This record gives sequence, C-alpha cells and structure tokens, in this order.
Amino acid sequence: MTEVQTYPTIDEAARAMARGAAYMGGGTIVMREVNAGTAAPVLVRTDDPTLRQLRAQGDTVSLGAGVTMAQILAEPQLDFLHPVARRVGGPQVRNMGTVGGNLFAAHPYGDFAVALLALGARVQLAGTSGARPVEDVLRDRARQVGLVAAIEVPRPRHGSFGFTKVSRVKPKGVSILSIAVLAPQTGGTLRGVRVALGGMGSGPLRSAAVERALDGQRLDRTTLEKAQSVASDGLQPPTDALASAWYRSEVVGVHLRRLLQSMESS
Amino acid sequence: MAKIPVTFTHNGTDRAAFADPGQNLLEFLRRGLGDLSPKYGCGQGACGACTVTIDGQTQLACLVLAETVQGRDVRTAAGLADGATLDPLQEAFMDHFAAQCGYCTPGMLVSARALLDTNPTPTREEVIEAISGNLCRCTGYEPIIEAILSVAGRRATA
Ligand SMILES: Cc1cc2nc3c(=O)[nH]c(=O)nc-3n(C[C@H](O)[C@H](O)[C@H](O)COP(=O)(O)OP(=O)(O)OC[C@H]3O[C@@H](n4cnc5c(N)ncnc54)[C@H](O)[C@@H]3O)c2cc1C
Ligand code: FES
Ligand code: FES
Repeated sequence: MTEVQTYPTIDEAARAMARGAAYMGGGTIVMREVNAGTAAPVLVRTDDPTLRQLRAQGDTVSLGAGVTMAQILAEPQLDFLHPVARRVGGPQVRNMGTVGGNLFAAHPYGDFAVALLALGARVQLAGTSGARPVEDVLRDRARQVGLVAAIEVPRPRHGSFGFTKVSRVKPKGVSILSIAVLAPQTGGTLRGVRVALGGMGSGPLRSAAVERALDGQRLDRTTLEKAQSVASDGLQPPTDALASAWYRSEVVGVHLRRLLQSMESS
Repeated sequence: MAKIPVTFTHNGTDRAAFADPGQNLLEFLRRGLGDLSPKYGCGQGACGACTVTIDGQTQLACLVLAETVQGRDVRTAAGLADGATLDPLQEAFMDHFAAQCGYCTPGMLVSARALLDTNPTPTREEVIEAISGNLCRCTGYEPIIEAILSVAGRRATA
C-alpha cells in the first residue's frame, strides 16, 4: 500500500523527497501507479499555494510547478502557451495535470515539456537559488532531480513561436510526435532558432540539424526543404502501438515544414 | 496503516468519512459513501466514466487521491436530480436516446453539467470539446451531443 505524506510547504516536501520519496503532483500519472499497486511505498505532496502561482506579465513569465493546463488556458496573457496546453489530454486531465509533472512524463506524454524546451525555459528547484536550463532537468529526469518549484519561460516575440502535435484521435489522442519551434527573425533572417521534438527519442530533445538548417537563413523554399530533409537526422524514434520508428522518421519533416509555413503566413 | 479522516461536501451535504492511504476518490465515493453513480471503467484516466466535479472543475475520480478532497465541494451525477425531479440534462438524455448501456452516462452528465454551468450557450464544437475526455462505446456520440445542445437551446430561448 502507498502512503502519501502531505506537507504544508515546498521546502518540507523537498526535504522529505531528499530522503528518497517520490513526488506526486496532479497525480494523472502517479495515481495510475498507485491504482496498479506499482507506486513507490511513500509519496510526497504539498498544498503550498506558491506552487499554484502564476506570473503572466513581463518578458519572463513564471509558472509554479503545480500550475495546471487549465490554469494556463484561463490566463489571456499566456496566449502563446494556449495551443500547447489545449493539446494535453481531455478537459479533466487539463484540470488536473501540472506543468511540473509534464517535465517527467514519459513517452508518449510530455507535450508541454517539448514547448518549454524550444522556448528556452529555466527550472527553479526547491531549496536552490538560481534556475537550471530545462534541458538539464529533462536530461537528468531519470535520476531524482529534486522538487521543481517553478518554471521561468521567456516570452517569445509575437509570431516567433509555433507548436504542433500529431495524433491519430482528435481532439485528445496522445502524440505520435510533437514539434515546437522558436524562430525569431531579425530583418527577415532567422536568429537564435530553437527546435524541440517529442516522440522522436526517449524524451523531448532539440534537433541540432534543423536548428543549423534554419539559423541565419531566410524562411524561403530552399530553407524549408533543407529543414524538412534533415528533420530526422541522427534520431532514433521509438516504435509503439501508435507508429513505427520508420513512420515517425518519414513524417517528422513534413509536419515541421507545415508548421514553419504556418508560422510564416501568420 | 491508519485511516485518514476526510470532511468534505458531497452533492451539497457535509460528510465525514475515513479514507485508506493511497485510496482513490472513485473507490472512496463508491465503497465509503455508497454513491455508485461514478463508474469504474479503466482506473487509468482514459475513459471518463468516473468524472466528478471538485470545486466546479471536472476531474477523474480514479486519479484523485481521496484524502485531497478535504474541505472541498465534490459533486457526482447522483446529485443532479432534485428528489424525483430530474436535471433538464437527464431529461434531454432520455428524450434523445443519449444512453444505451448507460455506463458512460454519469460521467457524460457531469462533464455536460460543468460545461453548461460555465457556458450556458455552447457551440457544437464546445460541446464536443467538453465531452472529449469521456468515451462512449455505444451511441456514436451524436445523440449525446444533440441532447446537450437541446438543453443549451432551451436555456438560451427561456
Ligand atoms: C487520459 C490521459 C491523457 C493524457 N494526455 C496527455 C497528453 O496529450 N499530453 C501530455 O503531455 N500528457 C498527457 N497525459 C499525461 C499527464 O496527464 C500530463 O503529462 C501531466 O502534465 C502530468 O502532470 P501531473 O501533475 O498529473 O503529474 P504526476 O502524475 O503528479 O507526476 C508525474 C511525474 O512527475 C513527477 N513530478 C510531478 N511534479 C513534480 C515536481 N514539481 N517536481 C519534481 N517532480 C515532479 C512525479 O514524481 C512523477 O514522476 C495524459 C494523461 C492521461 C491520464
Ligand atoms: S475509471 Fe477513471 S477515467 Fe476510466
Ligand atoms: S451508452 Fe454505453 S458507453 Fe455510452
């Protein structure tokens, strides 16, 4: 049987986690394990209200790790994140699932984490000062990284961020793959491009090949073709019940190109 | 392991009961309180048959830790009718043949009620979105969508 310890503050919960317990956020993944009897014997949670806080103004927005997808959708100033949050599960899952939990959600989940990766988000861990790049947390997530307190997201310039999720069942199927692109333009030239892919490896990853193909270029036909042709370079996507590795490699470039085109025309 | 006392509101009535450690809200409501209206379909969040509202928001009871409803307002399909008087949504589900085996119906009703409470005149797309977390293996969804829209229409013209 699983025992769940609830702490009034983030710091107390983080200390309990440091003693080896696993954390429960919204529970949409962890409770399945509890129901199946495969969860850790001790789970830790906290009702600390700061975990649900959200600061939507300014150049960097801050999302408490316990902020739900529904909370994001209810905040007009976070409109750049709405196309992402809307594609996570159905309404009940969006009312429950958190931003923090999405960082640790295994394939085929983690759509929000893909977007955070492209946006260059930074992760604030409880009990530490400063923030770590979301890359680090995603890379180390199999090990205990500690309790995520908040996530800082640089607000993208208008029209420079795009997201797409490819699924079989609409509107709420899980990802075959997902793509997030940050593509700011200076005088028509792409600079500081970040491209993140979900469903194309064991977790969300950046595509160095696509970033190289786009950076410093104009978003013209030649660039689009180049980006499409390198989209699966060096990647080893999984085969699962939804799609084979071969299929994912074939279509990722097509969806990337369509996403870039839609960003260009919007 | 020690039982956990939980006080909360269940369909408008104050209740106090004991939850087991790690028990989910679905089991707690069904076994502990005898409210059999939320159904067990999958225990994994996939079917929506266990949908309830907590403080007005739809959630999946099978994925909610029972003890976390302490102090909260929990509503299930069993609370929709007022004695013998059915909720207009329940009437509409009957009129539109929106239930066949009926297993998805309580969850559908809760999702639909939550939609209409925040958006009394939803579009067809909004209705589809609102029940997209609820699976129905019988009706093909059309009768359910029509039933919900008919209540929305009634409200709109009332
Ligand atoms: C029916 C259904 C559909 C779904 N569809 C999607 C989908 O389309 N896209 C998608 O991305 N996901 C989907 N999910 C998965 C899940 O709901 C989301 O990924 C959600 O964001 C997970 O958040 P949570 O708070 O519920 O996580 P939890 O279940 O609470 O936790 C998940 C993991 O994250 C860890 N964790 C949580 N919070 C923290 C924190 N603050 N610090 C450190 N570790 C933490 C936990 O220890 C655990 O390992 C779906 C789930 C269900 C049941
Ligand atoms: S029983 Fe809860 S979603 Fe299926
Ligand atoms: S009526 Fe049978 S599942 Fe919907």
